[in-house]
Amino acid sequence: MIDSIVNITLLSLLAILAFAIIRMRSLFAVIMLFAGFSFISAGLFVAMDAADVAFTEAAVGAGISTILMLATLALTYAPEVHKKEKLPGHKPWLPLAVVLITGGMLIYGTSDIPAFGDPNAPAQQHVAPYYLEKSLSETGVPNVVTAVLASYRGFDTLGEVTVIFTAGIAVLLLIGGRRKKTKNETTEGVNET
Amino acid sequence: MKHNLILKVVSKFLIPLIFLFALYVQFHGDFGPGGGFQAGVIFSAGIILYALVFGVDSAKKVIPLHILRVLASLGVLIYAGTGVASLLLGGNYLEYGVLASTQLAGQHIGIIVIELGVGITVMAVMLIMFFAFAERGRPIEDVEDKEGSQ
Repeated sequence: MIDSIVNITLLSLLAILAFAIIRMRSLFAVIMLFAGFSFISAGLFVAMDAADVAFTEAAVGAGISTILMLATLALTYAPEVHKKEKLPGHKPWLPLAVVLITGGMLIYGTSDIPAFGDPNAPAQQHVAPYYLEKSLSETGVPNVVTAVLASYRGFDTLGEVTVIFTAGIAVLLLIGGRRKKTKNETTEGVNET
Repeated sequence: MKHNLILKVVSKFLIPLIFLFALYVQFHGDFGPGGGFQAGVIFSAGIILYALVFGVDSAKKVIPLHILRVLASLGVLIYAGTGVASLLLGGNYLEYGVLASTQLAGQHIGIIVIELGVGITVMAVMLIMFFAFAERGRPIEDVEDKEGSQ
């Protein structure tokens, strides 16, 4: 009972936020609403007992990515573009039809999805029972998520860390270290690159 | 930036708590929710809050960029090195059981160490990205002036 009230409230808030984001023309406000969207998603994940995912969503989705989007907005902001927005040259009917058909197919597809937490769902049949039964005795780690991430799927996590590292290198290559060429330069900036 | 007294006082109070919580998430990730990735992001969020309130320059004095670059590589090195260590001790790559006398103790050491590697890399990369974006924004007039004069 209380679960469904929480779920319905959070999901309606998500839908309201989504419509507000679509209607909004100020990019700054849109970024702030994105952060709120992430926080409410994090709340939904908590309601679904996925605390690890909720952590990540709150910290990355609401925190870091909001900051990075704000920084991008500050970098790309052009006041003269802000005055008048150009309308697209085509009519919205074709995109609307595509969205409606895709959405209809997705809603139709949900009728085949097993119920939330169904023990007979295919996702619960494969390796999940093994992890749930054996992870504590094999790794000694009570948090199954950590056991799977760090031990059973250690290769995947190594790959993920490498991806993050590569992303950092890419950001540095693309937009890092430009300060060296500016004129009133501090010694600190020169040493960086 | 000069009159944000409330922001400064509140964030001075909050930032140590954020760091403490990040360390808790990092080293308690085997028992509670969380792990290296979340801890790294929370830790970097603390420093980003410091940078937002006190300025990017003071934040860079806390963690300079060249140290962040070393840290970003160090985390991956710790993770991959754990695999090499288990290879050298006669196990498979990333088989933590051989790291200590018993299987469970080895798993525990392995998981703590690789989570530490994940946390260090994530923290460093998030801050590298933030500083890159923040630095890119500031001297844009200087850059334009220079390009215009050439």
